[in-house]
Amino acid sequence: MTKNPQKPLKPAAHPLDDLIRTERIPHIWCPGCGIGTVFSSTLKAIKGTGIPYDRFTMVSGIGCSARGAGYVKLDSFHTTHGRAIPFASGIKMANPDLNVIVFSGDGDLFAIGGNHFIHAARRNMDLTVVCVNNLTYGMTGGQVAATTPNRAKTTTTPFGNPDAPFNLPLMASASGASYVARWTILHTRDLTDSINEAMAKKGFSFIEVLSPCPINYGRRNKEKPLDTLKLYQERTIIKNGADPARADIDFDRGVILGKFVDIDRQTCDSMYNSVCRPCSDD
Amino acid sequence: MKPAVLTGEHYITGDVACAEGALAAGCRFFGAYPITPATEIAEHMAERLPDVGGTFIQMEDEIAAMASILGAAWTGVKSMTATSGPGFSLMMENLGLGVCTETPCVIVNVQRTGPSTGLPTLTGQGDMMQARWGSHGDYEIIALAPSSPQDCFYHTIQAFNLSEKYRVPVLVMADEIVGHMSEKVVIPKASTISLVDRPKPSGRKDRFKLYQPGPNGVAPMPAIGEGYNVHVTGLTHDERGYPAMSVEAQEQMMTNLKGKIRNNLEDIIETESYRLEDAEIVIVSYGISVRTGLTAVDEARKLGYKAGLLRLVTVWPFPEEQIRELAARVKGLITIEINLGQVHYEVERCAGGQAPAHLVGSAGGKIIHPDKVIALIKEKF
Amino acid sequence: MAFWREPLDTQEIQISKGTVHIIQDRCKGCGYCIEFCPKDILAFSDSFNKKGYHPPLAARPDDCVNCHYCEIICPEFAIYSTEDPDIAATETT
Repeated sequence: MTKNPQKPLKPAAHPLDDLIRTERIPHIWCPGCGIGTVFSSTLKAIKGTGIPYDRFTMVSGIGCSARGAGYVKLDSFHTTHGRAIPFASGIKMANPDLNVIVFSGDGDLFAIGGNHFIHAARRNMDLTVVCVNNLTYGMTGGQVAATTPNRAKTTTTPFGNPDAPFNLPLMASASGASYVARWTILHTRDLTDSINEAMAKKGFSFIEVLSPCPINYGRRNKEKPLDTLKLYQERTIIKNGADPARADIDFDRGVILGKFVDIDRQTCDSMYNSVCRPCSDD
Repeated sequence: MKPAVLTGEHYITGDVACAEGALAAGCRFFGAYPITPATEIAEHMAERLPDVGGTFIQMEDEIAAMASILGAAWTGVKSMTATSGPGFSLMMENLGLGVCTETPCVIVNVQRTGPSTGLPTLTGQGDMMQARWGSHGDYEIIALAPSSPQDCFYHTIQAFNLSEKYRVPVLVMADEIVGHMSEKVVIPKASTISLVDRPKPSGRKDRFKLYQPGPNGVAPMPAIGEGYNVHVTGLTHDERGYPAMSVEAQEQMMTNLKGKIRNNLEDIIETESYRLEDAEIVIVSYGISVRTGLTAVDEARKLGYKAGLLRLVTVWPFPEEQIRELAARVKGLITIEINLGQVHYEVERCAGGQAPAHLVGSAGGKIIHPDKVIALIKEKF
Repeated sequence: MAFWREPLDTQEIQISKGTVHIIQDRCKGCGYCIEFCPKDILAFSDSFNKKGYHPPLAARPDDCVNCHYCEIICPEFAIYSTEDPDIAATETT
């Protein structure tokens, strides 16, 4: 006679379970991957706003991070590669009352979607863009990205990356973003607070989150997941208000974290109302 | 402030008529990117939309324009974009997303001559096969072809109605001549224009399944913020909308996507005929080339040929049955189109050897002269 | 620590106390919670979960201060902490 294993009467409920499509858990992210952490932080930040969940929507592109939209229990959109921002812009402009979160990866947002990113920032489109930066294309097996450090090994740079990576906070701030911050998955509390602050912020908010891709990036660059997190702990420095021009990712020199930009500028939808609808009652 | 429906008689271009048709149909979001010869649609919408509570945004490229109208559609509004050849190519990726996610929207393609940049200011009908198959994968789509500015007005309304009813992107395949020529356009009273809105869900929100087909094969569609917590993905998905990476899920999804169009062909397909009752020679045409055909029919009749014309208002889905029936009773079919054979091959396929199918085509740049059709009739019949 | 003076208000400060909950079958064994728990209360368990990973266990459960760090850094929504009701009750008195 076999005995059923002892189970608690009520299945344990994680405090974020009300925002997760629990029937789709476990998610596809590998052991040690940091996307789940960024996702948790984002959900915690949504909870922290106190705004009803049906006032939020999440849009993703394509890639590992972009699977986030599939796990969040909100109206959520998993779109095409690089196109999360213009899709989200359509949502925001058609219904400015919604809080629109773009959750995607560095390959999606900054290579194929780079043009959309700078234009949404220029317009100050009222979106909260959370970018999980794992320095590579994880979903396709670890190819060089627009964020891969110089000389790093990937499947398409077997001799090392000959190119230079983007400095994402610099790009965001130069393009006109209202809010720019960078954290790592180790800095969960700052990250959560920052996403929360960015959601409350009117305008284009951008949060870069450094996150390990142990399987497809770390493995080729002799970095175990815990090694990467040690780097985040030991080789980063929090400097709020730092010049984003100095925010290159160079762990030998130290990587700057914190809030780089927090300015007030009219958003795209409010400008549209004031410029194009001069006769309206709003 | 002008009303949304500009009831009255106007002397306007096809492009402007498209825009007015869209406004009359209830379109309240336009994602734009300028391109000749479709720019005037965007320009007109930029001016008119804020007045009627709508939103116009010029995006950074056609990829973004197409993405933005899909996003807007999910907020519950009717949305559209307009473009031409090169821009149409850029829209193909997200057109596929629209098909896969069953997102209603309208895309006007004011065709010019290609390939590539081609003749940007001159007419062409070379995007017809791209309209049918341009995005990757297998799918069904609806495409209408206006022959005049008045058609532009009505076909754009019809495009929105079909798009809402069947939850599919609908293409209005105009061309440079139709888009740029001015003619009288009669806009009726708003109350006489029949409009269709997408089916909306009812019942328990927690049991709602995003892609569970309704009676006509089309699933109801909630808007963002209505509490249904929908997940919308371009991945193969199950009825809940969740990614389902299996052969069975793919087959089920394709059955739904194709079925909602293929099982409603009678409702979707519209054609017009001219002197077709006793015709022995049938001209098949669409868009601006219909005008060549109409003159050619009259000329041919004067010469003693029993000619008639079948105008394809709906080019896709293709009126296969109608062509088949005609082919069984006529001496021959002639397709007129400003390309070197696209819809012609569809006509030939459906004729199935019952009657010869001929093409009067051109490399593009101008409307085809009826003399070319008469010459062919004299030669072949 | 021996050189440090004990703060004068130590007796008045309530250090919250928590209970760690582990949803074993969600864990993929990355070890982040174990490595970075500020009170070092977690350790890998010897047992396997149904996916074949070693989930964490609370080796020193009494030391949990309910800081929620494990809850957020866990990429799997597999661990969380709740405030110990007994302490909460004493706090209100």
